[in-house]
Amino acid sequence: MMKYTVKRLLQSVLTVLIIVTAVFLLLRMLPTDYFFTEEELVKLSDQAKEDRLAAAGLKDPLGVQLVRFYGELIRGDLGTSRRIQAGVAVTEIMASKFGISMRMGLASLGVSLVLGIALGIVQTLNKDRLLDHLGTAYIIFVNAVPGLVSYSLILMFGARVLHLPSLYSVNESLRTSILPVACLALGSIASYALWTRRYMVDELNKDYIRLARVKGMSSRSIMLKHVLKNAFVPMIAYIPASVLLTIGGSLLVERFFSVPGMGPLLTDAIGRYDTSVVQACVIVYAGLGILGVFLGDVMMMLFDPRIKLVEGGESR
Amino acid sequence: MEKKLLLSAKDIEIEFTLRGKVLKAIRKCSLDIYEGETVAIVGESGSGKSVFTKSFLGMLDANGSITGGSILYDGTDISKYKTEKEWMTIRGKKIAMVMQDPMTSLNPLKKIGKQIQESIELNQGIKGPEAKRLAVEMLAKVGIPDPERRANQYPHEFSGGMRQRVVIAIAAACRPQILICDEPTTALDVTIQAQILDLIRELQKDLNMTVVYITHDLGVVANVADRVAVMYAGQIVEYGNVNEIFYDAWHPYTWALLSSLPQLGIKGEDLPTIDGTPPNLFNEVKGDAFAPRNRQALAIDFEEEPPYFAVSETHMAKTWYLDPRSPKIEQPKSIRMLREKMKR
Repeated sequence: MMKYTVKRLLQSVLTVLIIVTAVFLLLRMLPTDYFFTEEELVKLSDQAKEDRLAAAGLKDPLGVQLVRFYGELIRGDLGTSRRIQAGVAVTEIMASKFGISMRMGLASLGVSLVLGIALGIVQTLNKDRLLDHLGTAYIIFVNAVPGLVSYSLILMFGARVLHLPSLYSVNESLRTSILPVACLALGSIASYALWTRRYMVDELNKDYIRLARVKGMSSRSIMLKHVLKNAFVPMIAYIPASVLLTIGGSLLVERFFSVPGMGPLLTDAIGRYDTSVVQACVIVYAGLGILGVFLGDVMMMLFDPRIKLVEGGESR
Repeated sequence: MEKKLLLSAKDIEIEFTLRGKVLKAIRKCSLDIYEGETVAIVGESGSGKSVFTKSFLGMLDANGSITGGSILYDGTDISKYKTEKEWMTIRGKKIAMVMQDPMTSLNPLKKIGKQIQESIELNQGIKGPEAKRLAVEMLAKVGIPDPERRANQYPHEFSGGMRQRVVIAIAAACRPQILICDEPTTALDVTIQAQILDLIRELQKDLNMTVVYITHDLGVVANVADRVAVMYAGQIVEYGNVNEIFYDAWHPYTWALLSSLPQLGIKGEDLPTIDGTPPNLFNEVKGDAFAPRNRQALAIDFEEEPPYFAVSETHMAKTWYLDPRSPKIEQPKSIRMLREKMKR
């Protein structure tokens, strides 16, 4: 088991390295004009431009640049932003934004895990009856209606009926977080409910449930002692990934409520050719995603005894 | 010696609703089960063997229900039971069941010992470590070597035959009066089948169980059964002691079943098959359900349903052939040959 975990961990690290390298190389292939503001492009002579680029190390051979980049990365230096907040270290920009996104992500996650799984269980217990149909209607609504539309509905309801503030404010972060968190949770409640119901119904139709009934177990005990755990095992593999991605912030929701979080950062940085910020964002997202998959595998292994058999992982 | 009547199903009718249509799966089916005996119910797929016995446990699928008849058990008509609470007085405690496919009958994420322990805790009123000890004992009893270690393993670490032993252990650990074995060997290797049948026989003796086999394998029937009931299209068309059914059958469907046994075939000749298909039970069946497939059917077979005629005190067949007014019809050659063989 240890061997498998270590192997998966090494694979994950390798994957992150490949992604980071690829993004680095791709960004270096961009025309160098992005380095200058429009004003500078017009004013500076070609020689001056060349000098500026050389000073920034962008004229060095790619290999040298790559080694330097990794050297900085290891020291935790992600470079400085040139456009978003000119001259500020990327780590600093991200630290403030990441905190906000993470708090919101975790809040919505807590809400949606509890409500989503509860909804899934309620649906399963009332399968093909009214509550189940209502739950399904909710899931379909959330998935079929574009996010912005349902966010607008939440916003209208929250602002008009509950008189909640519609824009995020750092000074009043708790009250102003309610609506964005609700929007974030909206979708994840639906997907957790969908998974829970789906896997529970799957389990309920299996033969071992019939054997449990035949040996005189009540439906309640069957639910508690057999179905719930077995239904969670296939879900467990996905949960860490979705947890970590929630933490990463949501572009749409953060824009919608003007939350100064991670969500809009990547697109902003791309739009404004702020390469070091783009790089940092990709590293963070790739890291979170891959860590999620890795943790999913580990959880799966801890909860499903059948996985331990492939110790060493050769057959998978 | 007069045996005690344990369970008496009388004129059971079971209907399923499928997409708005009603399927009459069981049409007035009766069966008496006596203490300590082994009854085999034989018939082809879809004849209703499983559905009939599942109704003794209230285990019909949600779209099916008992619409007529009675199942008397211990003086109570359990066919009227509706709630899970009522059925739980029967399930496990009185009647348990071994299902066909051992590969899917066990919870893949629960230790084997724990699964047997549950059965003991639910039905024998013993809890905790003592139940755990009994579970290990039960594992040993069903012939699992090294039961202490095995009890801590998961189903995927067991082979098919071993898993069926475990399923049997779970059912037997309920200490039921009646154990229903629904095709317990169908999913297993032929080499394992005999071992499983021996195991069930042993447990039956040890734990004083009455066993009901559901099977389409006449070889199994000959091996284990005291009495045999032949089912066709939701009815029991003939029942009797195992010898009476194998050597002196009277229902044309029983004849057809027996003649198609490979063991009775003559080398070089084609094995007889049964023409046609069973009736569609969505429609009303008129007369003898087997008549359309019976080359020697009488005119009345298509018109009126035959009653049971007694061949002997223990042997009944639901065919007009036994009516004194019927034209004389001989048992087919293969059946007579069987009898000859037995005499010798």
